[in-house]
Amino acid sequence: MANKTDGLLFDKILIANRGEIALRIQRACRELGIKTVVVHSEVDADAKYVRLSDESVCIGPAPSPQSYLNIPAIISAAEVTDAQAIHPGYGFLSENADFAEKVEKSGFVFIGPRPETIRLMGDKVSAKVAMTKAGVPCVPGSEGALPDDPKEIVRLARTIKYPVIIKAAAGGGGRGMRVVHTEAALVPAVSLTRAEANAAFGDQTVYMEKYLDNPRHVEIQVLADEHKNAVYLFERDCSMQRRHQKIIEEAPAPGIPLRLLERIGERCAEACRKIGYRGAGTFEFLFQDNQFYFIEMNTRIQVEHPVTELITGIDIVQQQIRVAAGLKLAFRQREVARRGHAIECRINAEDPDTFVPSPGRITSYHAPGGPGIRVDSHVYQNYFVPPNYDSMVGKVIAYGDTRQQAIARMRIALSEMVVEGIKTNIPLHQELLLDDSFLRGGTSIHYLEQRMAKRKGT
Amino acid sequence: MDLRKLKSLIELFESSGIGELEISEGEERVRITRAVAAAVQPVVVQSPAQNPPASAAAPPATEAAAPVLAAESEGHTVKSPMVGTFYRAGAPGSKPFVEVGDTVEVGDTLCIIEAMKLMNEIEADKAGVVKAILAENGQPVEYGQPLVVVG
Repeated sequence: MANKTDGLLFDKILIANRGEIALRIQRACRELGIKTVVVHSEVDADAKYVRLSDESVCIGPAPSPQSYLNIPAIISAAEVTDAQAIHPGYGFLSENADFAEKVEKSGFVFIGPRPETIRLMGDKVSAKVAMTKAGVPCVPGSEGALPDDPKEIVRLARTIKYPVIIKAAAGGGGRGMRVVHTEAALVPAVSLTRAEANAAFGDQTVYMEKYLDNPRHVEIQVLADEHKNAVYLFERDCSMQRRHQKIIEEAPAPGIPLRLLERIGERCAEACRKIGYRGAGTFEFLFQDNQFYFIEMNTRIQVEHPVTELITGIDIVQQQIRVAAGLKLAFRQREVARRGHAIECRINAEDPDTFVPSPGRITSYHAPGGPGIRVDSHVYQNYFVPPNYDSMVGKVIAYGDTRQQAIARMRIALSEMVVEGIKTNIPLHQELLLDDSFLRGGTSIHYLEQRMAKRKGT
Repeated sequence: MDLRKLKSLIELFESSGIGELEISEGEERVRITRAVAAAVQPVVVQSPAQNPPASAAAPPATEAAAPVLAAESEGHTVKSPMVGTFYRAGAPGSKPFVEVGDTVEVGDTLCIIEAMKLMNEIEADKAGVVKAILAENGQPVEYGQPLVVVG
């Protein structure tokens, strides 16, 4: 398939993010010969990627609402630097449909899906409706927003069968949810969740789903272009979570038959074609009893994208840029192969036992290396980890021919890694990499918290 | 060589251990030397034939940059509260709001920052005399960038 990369991409991309993903995007741009403009808050002025960028623009003080969430400042920065496209990274404004719309209206290319698609998937109720229509299996549920009538709510729960979970339509990522085990607790739980949703998201719409008691979190990476081509890049298992925050991710997902993955992958790719999806995206599923149940779609690049890159050999960020420039995908589904196993450990600046954040100056830093080790981190010796943002200071990814080899390499890498001056969760990772259940593979999303509770003796 | 590039050059120089740095770009040359006193004195050598702006987007010719560093310590520096383009006057061809030496009261408009087609007036938050104007007309500025010194 003919494949043009002869200067048809962009002259200059503005990176509207910070931390390791800003550096990641910058690396992809530099390799493609694209100039980078990095926007940053005052406290990020000394970031590595700021110094390495062609241009940088300070867009505000430390607090995110005045900097990384400041839409006028970011678009203004694109204007004054004559950038052509804006890459939003993950978090911040990456799934803000208004931002995407304003970027496009201001004459820039938004590196991501169309604003309508972001809106469709941002509303968890409409996302499920769209997915059901597209043939993607969803968690059995209320098939729409919950009505106000208590009798109707009770009837729905009886059909779905307890336990059920009430979720905010405008929520996502683990926020705005409540599990209900008995009928007596149902109606009050719905009212409470509505109130919380209204307070947190300004929208009290809720929906109901069957609560799966022992699922794994398995997600499918997709890529789609504007020429109706869509492919799946296989799956990731992100079940090792604490409070809905992923800690360890891996690809492929251990112990799931390939034909099941190919089937769900193809459904996701077909859904992309049906909704006119553009760019990179991830379909998140709960996997239980050999069944996939769609929960939500993330219309952006994800933190854990490196594990997919390592088993497929595909640079997902570069593919995002190519698609945004109007190019066709450079490969067909049958050319996407997976090989080997990759595991990612998120390194957070936090106390490994209490999880209290630990910002501050990294007085001593040494990154691991060697065969099959990739480190995606923006920090360096004497870097000051600011307290204003999330605590992730980097990701260590280990690749091996087998899961066993990837784990062995990760253990070695973490033993070599030095981060002093702040606390990190490296000790927690080292424990988990020796944990019997983790080594067997296939632990559920509740595993880590259950393990922690057992340790505390509660 | 525009002011922003020069500013980056000076910052790089200051954070390095180099004693003297000279860079040529086309017909323009910049030499920066570390004086015995702490202050760094940039010397901009301008080409005799000034390059006329090729389009509206081309940066204006650099003026002597020596006052930039000295002036910042002499008074209250008004910094940009936003990202945008700095303008000295309300409209092209109009008289600038202030010149060096003008007396200003609190609330007087010093300049305009244009962002996303909106003009934002930047007002003096302290009364005094305009000591220096640190940005060029039509120059892109970032959040926190020094604009005007009032002493």
